[in-house]
Amino acid sequence: MNTLYRVTGSAKISDNIFSLVFDAPAIAKRAVPGQFVHIDCGLPLRRPISICDIEGSFVKIVFEVKGVGTTRLAERKHGDLIDVLGPLGNGFPEVSGRVLLAGGGIGSAPLLYAAVRSGKNCGAVLGFAGASKAILTEEFAAVCGSVQIATADGSLGHKGFVTDLITSDGDYSAIFACGPRPMLKAAVDRANELNIPVYVSMEERMACGIGTCLVCACAAENGGYKRVCCDGPVFTGGEIKW
Amino acid sequence: MVNFAGISFKNPVTLASGTCGFGRELSEYSDLSELGGICTKGLTLHPRAGNPAPRSAETPAGMLNSVGLQNPGIDEFIKTELPFMRTLGTRIIANFSAASVEEFALCAAKLADSGVDMLEVNVSCPNVKAEGLAFGTSPDAVAAVTSAVKSAAGNVPVMVKLSPNVTDITAIAKAAEQSGADALSLINTLLGMRFDLRSGKPILANGTGGLSGAAIFPVALRMVYQTVNAVRIPILGLGGINSADDAREMLIAGASLIGVGTALFRDPDIAGKIAREMKDSRE
Repeated sequence: MNTLYRVTGSAKISDNIFSLVFDAPAIAKRAVPGQFVHIDCGLPLRRPISICDIEGSFVKIVFEVKGVGTTRLAERKHGDLIDVLGPLGNGFPEVSGRVLLAGGGIGSAPLLYAAVRSGKNCGAVLGFAGASKAILTEEFAAVCGSVQIATADGSLGHKGFVTDLITSDGDYSAIFACGPRPMLKAAVDRANELNIPVYVSMEERMACGIGTCLVCACAAENGGYKRVCCDGPVFTGGEIKW
Repeated sequence: MVNFAGISFKNPVTLASGTCGFGRELSEYSDLSELGGICTKGLTLHPRAGNPAPRSAETPAGMLNSVGLQNPGIDEFIKTELPFMRTLGTRIIANFSAASVEEFALCAAKLADSGVDMLEVNVSCPNVKAEGLAFGTSPDAVAAVTSAVKSAAGNVPVMVKLSPNVTDITAIAKAAEQSGADALSLINTLLGMRFDLRSGKPILANGTGGLSGAAIFPVALRMVYQTVNAVRIPILGLGGINSADDAREMLIAGASLIGVGTALFRDPDIAGKIAREMKDSRE
């Protein structure tokens, strides 16, 4: 159910990327990594934002300002009330063995909570356009067994694609990926080469967020469309028609 | 209680087709038994996958959609969705469209036999080619579809959902009435477009889509008002209703029932809130 929650912190963490923390015990108690919240920004449609982390009763989201909705969200300050629906959707599964988290840009954010859940039993590979665009690297380093960074311009870590860093090293038993679609496709290809399961978090323009309106369609491998909001946003790599 | 085309509704608030699916997901957020009725997602004879994404774009005070009638088909609806809908404790209005007059009749016969309370004939979907809107813009075509559906529907009342994408909606409304329609619902979405500034391309994969939400409310009021003065059959008024006051305004325009749609995307319980507020103000 949608409820009003108190904002307890907000920050600009990179060029165009903001974090917001709100006190939402009902969401914090139920949320699993990869789920999202649907936030009223005073506009006709809510904005779906992935959960970045949970600490106690506090829910943290990290989002990129892309338009009027996220601009308004970035203006929210400590003490403001926000109307939030969630947690929504299916998150990343609990898997046995080591998990490799592969994040591209703002897609790194939803993987942090997965890292917190897996702890030292996971590794992270995070890709950004450049060093100035890198986010959450310290947070990942604090919880993951290993963190490797890739940047397109080589200003931090490996110069190239984040998916270059998905290798057989590390004995991973699954990959969780979130980022731009071409990166997800590359992550699925790498996982298939390594013969390990891969779970991808998809993004699409949404309206209701609960499965009724059918606008957040994602073409499915076996025909037809899946609803990103409630069949996903996390899918197995094989479910998606790339 | 509202008597509408011979069917009693516990109150005038209904959910608009395409914005509530078959009630399944929404029922977890809202007590749908508080509502007068639910119009199902638009059904077709055969299953439809719908249009590619993106299927929606926000607009000032509204949104565009081009879902393209994604639905499981009438037989699957009757088998898997209708039994659930019957448990919701509200009137079930089956919305459907077809590609020919004969197919409209076949769909109507199947749905009328299934035990739904009313049929809503969609001659106004802007998002599929060669059907829907193509029928809804011609008085002769609406007359032919309405007659065929009425003949096939037996005792189940037939409501025809009209498009606002016409020069004179009263001409279409009269054609439906003269062909036996028991009621009318209006308005469906207004055809619109948005472009992505960076790519220079339409945001919607389908190019165009249907505009809904508060932006179309005054258009809906005007068209309901004009139509009420042109026909004798009752009207379900919808298009951009966001509050109990909006609903009251639609009743003043002459509607007997009102539909809530796009507002559900912001608040899944908004129709329940509207129904409760209208009930409280009557008591």
